[in-house]
Amino acid sequence: MSFFDGLKFRRVDSAVHLMDPRVKFFYVFAIFAVAILFYELLPLIILFFVQIPFVILARVQREWIRSLRGAVFLAAVIFGTNLLFKFIYGGYSLAPSDLEHASAMTLRFLVLVESFSIFFLTTSPDHLGLALEQSHIPYEFCFAFTTAVRFVPVLAEEAQTIMDAQKARGLELEKGNFLKRIRNYIPILIPLIISAIRRSLELAEAMESRAWGAIQKRTNFYVLMLRKADYSMIIISILILVMGIYIRFNVPIPSFSP
Amino acid sequence: MIDVKRVSFTYPNGTEALREVSIRVRDGEFLAVMGQNGAGKTTLVKLFNGLLKPTSGKVLVDNVNTKDTSVAKLARSVGFVFQNPDNQLFCETVEEEISFALRNFGFDESRVKRRVTWALNLLGLNEYRKTSPFMLSGGERKRVALASVLAWDPKVVVMDEPTIGQDHRQKEKLRQFIIQLNSQGKTVVIVTHDVEFVAECAPRIVLMSSGRIVAEGSSKEILTDPETLTKASIVVPQITQVFMGLADLGFQFDVIDLLSAKKLLSERLIKK
Repeated sequence: MSFFDGLKFRRVDSAVHLMDPRVKFFYVFAIFAVAILFYELLPLIILFFVQIPFVILARVQREWIRSLRGAVFLAAVIFGTNLLFKFIYGGYSLAPSDLEHASAMTLRFLVLVESFSIFFLTTSPDHLGLALEQSHIPYEFCFAFTTAVRFVPVLAEEAQTIMDAQKARGLELEKGNFLKRIRNYIPILIPLIISAIRRSLELAEAMESRAWGAIQKRTNFYVLMLRKADYSMIIISILILVMGIYIRFNVPIPSFSP
Repeated sequence: MIDVKRVSFTYPNGTEALREVSIRVRDGEFLAVMGQNGAGKTTLVKLFNGLLKPTSGKVLVDNVNTKDTSVAKLARSVGFVFQNPDNQLFCETVEEEISFALRNFGFDESRVKRRVTWALNLLGLNEYRKTSPFMLSGGERKRVALASVLAWDPKVVVMDEPTIGQDHRQKEKLRQFIIQLNSQGKTVVIVTHDVEFVAECAPRIVLMSSGRIVAEGSSKEILTDPETLTKASIVVPQITQVFMGLADLGFQFDVIDLLSAKKLLSERLIKK
């Protein structure tokens, strides 16, 4: 669960937290696009470090490091598979450039995790729902989305209780070979899914009994508005995007390996 | 015997659930852990089968430190019935549900069959042997959960809030059942804030409040002591309240159960 902890929102009073979620989403999109553009190591390293000021500005360093730590396992898998396929297709030998390529792919993944974690760590679910609503997405979808986000911690807690209950009946999750271990999770998943379905039906009933959907046009108490910080963030994101595209097509990128 | 020695427990999110708690559960004892919500009752009993390991201090189950062994091993002697049966039911039939734990503990098939039949009969679930546990009512599901634990005959049975969602008749059945188990030598620990239920069972009581044990003693001592009960936000049993109101007629108010109340009152009425 540590990986999800790294994406959990905590209220902090910072410039990044106050920013319009739509602007932050645009920033994530810009980083995402540039990260996909490059497969060389150097620009990805730069992209990785460019984001650190935001993390410090938002004062979420600890959570951010935790989310990166949570991504270590997947990063290792990406590094391993890249190296493996380079090895197989490179005629069963590895050049230093292959190592660089695999590192670049791993770093690309980390850059994506980094930007998403900045987004989720600094955006409250309510804020996110508000942003969706004011982007003219139908309220039903916004509500479904925010509800889903809100239920993640509830389900995580429930999963823990179920795990405890089954362990108390002698279930050993870490026992057996790979397939057996997957099967070990059936006694956890079935109660979890059933309770999630039950919960959703209950929620639907509760909502209907409180006249959900009675008014077609909803208004909001809070309205999102772009401010100075938002505009500067937009400019920074556009700059990153434009520079990325320019460098991609016009500047040769030096390699670390000969 | 379960020995909890100066145990503190803090959840990863920083909640201090237990502070320097010491308690001993003797073999064959019937113990009720009481207290308001968030007092640390469930945390305390989760230490008994190693689901939680103490942050400081130690828990010994039959002289084995719970830190040195696995939940699966401890569960063999300390059975734990969770509050919500829906947290554990997942099989297609009640029969399979009950055999799940037995197979985990490596019982051979003939023994599994024997134990399942025994547990089904014990809790009056025989007619539901082939029914899906999800088709049963709440009370029946709770009984299936209980049967699935009792089936492997653990030395200690811990029940978290066994009376929640049960009607009066089921509660009475449960009470007789628990007393029967206890009289057969099983150690029974219940976690509850159902004062009336505890008053009728008359176990030893451990009273908890904000992570500490505030009182320990027999039901009669604890449940007739309004001052102590208030500390744990628990109300005196109704019977005791009646007798407190009758104090001016010379009644003692150390009465907690219906039976002795009836006896005292009828004695007085006959005298008149």
